[in-house]
Amino acid sequence: MRLPESDIQPPRSARKRWAMDLGESSIEMLIRLCGWSSILFVLMIFFFVFREAFPLIGNSEFSFKEFFTSINWRPTSEIRETYGVLAMIVGTLSVTGLSMLFAVPLGLGAAVFLSEFCTGHVKETLKIVIELLAAIPSVVWGFIGYMVVGPLVVEWTDAAIGVNLLTSSILLALMSVPVIVSVGEDSLKAVPDSFREASVALGANRWETIYKVLFPAAKNGLLAAVLLGVGRAIGETMAVLMATGHSTRIPHSLVDPIRTLTATIASEMGEVSRGSTHYQVLFLIGVLLFAMTFLVNLIADLVVRGIRKNG
Amino acid sequence: MTHKHDEHNERDDSIQTEGLNLWYGTFQALHDIHLRIRSRMITSLIGPSGCGKTTLLRCFNRINERFGYVRTEGSIRVLGKNIYDPDVSLSELRKSIGMVFQRPNPLPISIRENVLFGLRIHSERGDFTRAMQDEMVESALRDVQLWDDVKDQLKKRAVHLSLEQQQKLCIARLLPLKPQVILMDEPCSALDAEGTEQIELLLEQLSEKYTIVIVTHNMGQARRVSHECIFMLHGRMIEHDSTFTIFNNPKNPETDQYVSGHYG
Repeated sequence: MRLPESDIQPPRSARKRWAMDLGESSIEMLIRLCGWSSILFVLMIFFFVFREAFPLIGNSEFSFKEFFTSINWRPTSEIRETYGVLAMIVGTLSVTGLSMLFAVPLGLGAAVFLSEFCTGHVKETLKIVIELLAAIPSVVWGFIGYMVVGPLVVEWTDAAIGVNLLTSSILLALMSVPVIVSVGEDSLKAVPDSFREASVALGANRWETIYKVLFPAAKNGLLAAVLLGVGRAIGETMAVLMATGHSTRIPHSLVDPIRTLTATIASEMGEVSRGSTHYQVLFLIGVLLFAMTFLVNLIADLVVRGIRKNG
Repeated sequence: MTHKHDEHNERDDSIQTEGLNLWYGTFQALHDIHLRIRSRMITSLIGPSGCGKTTLLRCFNRINERFGYVRTEGSIRVLGKNIYDPDVSLSELRKSIGMVFQRPNPLPISIRENVLFGLRIHSERGDFTRAMQDEMVESALRDVQLWDDVKDQLKKRAVHLSLEQQQKLCIARLLPLKPQVILMDEPCSALDAEGTEQIELLLEQLSEKYTIVIVTHNMGQARRVSHECIFMLHGRMIEHDSTFTIFNNPKNPETDQYVSGHYG
């Protein structure tokens, strides 16, 4: 079939083509730059945090052994400063672990409910509410912990004060749930409907379909959801600063006050003199936090790879 | 394939429908379907797109009901029992009526677990020893001629198989449940010519043991594999006869026009 004459485009002039090529390549450059910059930023954060902590090597007032094994955190002592963060490491790990114990079942359960049982208005409403939950500033969560959750914990348990491990875990759980729900729901939604159909056609009911088909199919996404929750909990500062009790002791019960690494940095960074040992140690705590999140991500990555290889 | 359609007695029927009507919301997709599908034979449902053949197929195991807006009237008797009776267990129904889908849909678990999936749903833990399970996996995979290809990779994920192998696996996973009927919704539409031939050969063999109902768009396939054909148009059953009659001497002029390629 012959095209009508008007449909045939006239040959472009050489100049126009040159301009188009330039536009094309500059856009490509720009996109490339965006991609590389994210790596650059991470490296730069690493660099600057490390640079501030680096002089501790060879600093006679500081011992790494003490840093990791002592629970004595007395950076402003008149007699002898000690910089032991063991209690804070334990505090951070315990509050993160305990909060995940609450948040993972709750979050994944909500994700399953949203993606498999909910339709129409209910689903839309719930999603909006959950997003709203994610938008509450952490200082407000801290306030809620101080005024609402803390007194409840005191009433229900034999806690001496409301600001403790349990209170802050509950807060962190509530803060991580929205992340877990939305990422978890996305990954369940991404499971092709043909899997559900295959399972149902073999006589499986809804629950069997969920735990025998959907969970294996969405496991990477669900794991990512949990890890984002963990990341949220480890990194959270303001809420735990207000609700943990900020006490450098190793907790012996669920209702003991604790102190986290993040809260220590936040509460003391404003008062130290730049370049002092105390200042450098705070940056070292930053490095430690880096290492912890890096380790969590690495383990998760290996687990996901392992699942992929065996499955 | 030379039987006379009218002569068979009722006991040979696997599926009987009476006055079957179906609505998607307000749209009526099936009108007053009366049919009998005979045991241990391959029956093709043919007709142009949108004629309701897939809808009809999906009534037989009630998988239509996954979507809330479907309403059904009339009765479907499978092996003498109305599947719309209130005391029917969907799980049991789907155990005895297997289904193969248009796109191969092996589950995202290992090949072995795919074959055993139905069994695990329908039996208690510990009902079968490991050896019995191994035997069942082997016999199901042998029945679909997949055993030699996959016997060394039973623990691998099923999604890495070729499409043809996947579809065979989807058939194999029905077999440990010893179904009475196997429903197939265009099982070859995602496969190439060679894969199609393989599956068709398989159908031939399976029809010795199972009743097979297959929806197909491929007239050649209907002609090659099926013993009987049901021609549908606009949600109605137009004609049901032996494949030979449908293709060579149909009673209805619309059937004639469809099978000779005038529309559809």
